[in-house]
Amino acid sequence: MSGSSHSKVIGDVILKCDNISLSFGGVRALTNISIDVREHEVLAIIGPNGAGKSSMLNVINGVYHPQQGTVTYRGETRRAMKPHETAQHGIARTFQNIALFKGMSVLDNIMTGRYTKMKRNFLWQALYVGPNLKEEIEHREVCERVIDFLQIENIRKTPVGRLPYGLQKRVELGRALAAEPQLLLLDEPMAGMNVEEKEDMCRFILDVNDEFGTTIVLIEHDMGVVMAISDRVAVLDYGKKIADGPPEEVRANKDVIDAYLGVAH
Amino acid sequence: MLYRESGQFKTSYPADQAIFPIRQDRIALSLLLIAAFIVVPLVADEYWLGSILTPLLVLSLAAIGLNILTGYAGQLSLGTAGFMAVGAFAAYNLNLRLPELPLIVDFLLAGVCAAAVGMVFGLPSLRIKGFYLAVATLAAQFFIEWVFTHVGWFTNYSSSGVISAPPMTVFGLSVDTAVEKYLLTLVMVAVLALAAKNMVRSRIGRSWMAVRDRDVSAEVIGIPLLKTKLSAFGISSFYCGVAGALWTYCYLGTVEPAAFDLARSFQVLFMIIIGGVGSILGSFLGAGFIVLLPILLNNIAAMIGHGTLQADTMANLEHIIFGGLIIFFLIVEPHGLARLWQIAKEKLRLWPFPY
Repeated sequence: MSGSSHSKVIGDVILKCDNISLSFGGVRALTNISIDVREHEVLAIIGPNGAGKSSMLNVINGVYHPQQGTVTYRGETRRAMKPHETAQHGIARTFQNIALFKGMSVLDNIMTGRYTKMKRNFLWQALYVGPNLKEEIEHREVCERVIDFLQIENIRKTPVGRLPYGLQKRVELGRALAAEPQLLLLDEPMAGMNVEEKEDMCRFILDVNDEFGTTIVLIEHDMGVVMAISDRVAVLDYGKKIADGPPEEVRANKDVIDAYLGVAH
Repeated sequence: MLYRESGQFKTSYPADQAIFPIRQDRIALSLLLIAAFIVVPLVADEYWLGSILTPLLVLSLAAIGLNILTGYAGQLSLGTAGFMAVGAFAAYNLNLRLPELPLIVDFLLAGVCAAAVGMVFGLPSLRIKGFYLAVATLAAQFFIEWVFTHVGWFTNYSSSGVISAPPMTVFGLSVDTAVEKYLLTLVMVAVLALAAKNMVRSRIGRSWMAVRDRDVSAEVIGIPLLKTKLSAFGISSFYCGVAGALWTYCYLGTVEPAAFDLARSFQVLFMIIIGGVGSILGSFLGAGFIVLLPILLNNIAAMIGHGTLQADTMANLEHIIFGGLIIFFLIVEPHGLARLWQIAKEKLRLWPFPY
């Protein structure tokens, strides 16, 4: 199966990273990396451990600020933007090691994803009834659609700390989806899952991409998954981009085989 | 009566989002409120009202304040008593200098003053966390106590450094007996507790808990950290400030800065640790435990120990048992009495067929 089996139109570039360099002290995490992300596509970033994949996502959503280079999102170029500002611009993400709010229920976690869309101030919230209740219900309905989409209705009131790993990953995706992002960054959404859970997660990612037209950038190590769901693959190695193109092309690339894929013996 | 939710179907989101979705909870709370508003004032004597129940309510309010900051937003604070002092002295000065303001407005503005001071001392929270933040808030505690002791303006240059609450009137009714003060406190505490409960189950409460549980992912979701932490400091200090004003006006009557010392901060901190961190109900349970248990032990000791043991041995025994009980409860349930109550409720829902 290739990623282009479903009919969709890949649009213009919505995110353009130009010559990004990022270092922590003497460690160069990213060196002169340029990556374009086009609207509605699924872009996979792959590479060996420590290649700078997560750093790249962190640059895109403003957790790290690169020493050099610019990020242009929807025609707006920025040097340093706070993560909460990128969230307001429609970028959502999940984390490699689950970063849910452990003390809160599944529903509350997903409702937190609606934070930037809710407007009533704390005085209305203290009163709760009236406009605040109306707003809560409106956003509850959006969250319930996400819950329905991810098929987690039965656990909506469960504290996330009690859920198994696979479901926690799914809830984290739900929290990102609740923000109705235009660009969704997924950091190893399938790490540590069994085959069945991986298949489910692939289905959700493709459905999100299909139904809502969300642009997705994901980091993944499972090459089967990467080849199956991505429209384009970028390969990083030691903070440098060594390949960028359709999955089949990247799989055949000599550098990529040497650095990451290896040869079957 | 069995505690059951079977048969209580929720067919709309408003019903599911109700503050007490289970009918038995609503009945229990109504009975409790009736008891607190009608039965207690009729039955209890002056000593119980003035010396036990009123301070219990005021400390519950302070515990709610600290719980918002420490329990919900995860910012450890030792400045509670300091913020209470700001509220107390602000209410006194507002009353003194702007006598035309109604008393309730004084109390609320006192809370606002405390909120402002709390937000200033909350600024370091963006950079420091946990125990280090606790030490930073300790600075607030000492600084505020020092200011009220040494700057005469706040006590209206009283030679003893003490402020006395003037006679109170609320909506034209004078409040001077123990019953009236108890009722005034009860109304304030009930309204503010309801508001706190509403906030913690709304957007702002979720943003506090998000910052507490995972600040990086909270920020990635779009929650500005500084604003959220400062809102927690502000609202928490508002509660502490109103509690401080009530402590002066409805309980002590005459107060000096030393009434709001570090020991008071620790007392409120222990209340939320024992009652339940991150629970409005826990604030009340914890205050009840810390205030009522020593009195209960004292009475038991007086009953059984009268004549058999010496008074000072008795007093020491009380302390030992009190400390032992605190340790016992913390081992049994580190998440506090509120969690115990929650577990009991979950068990009751399934009882007697737990499988």
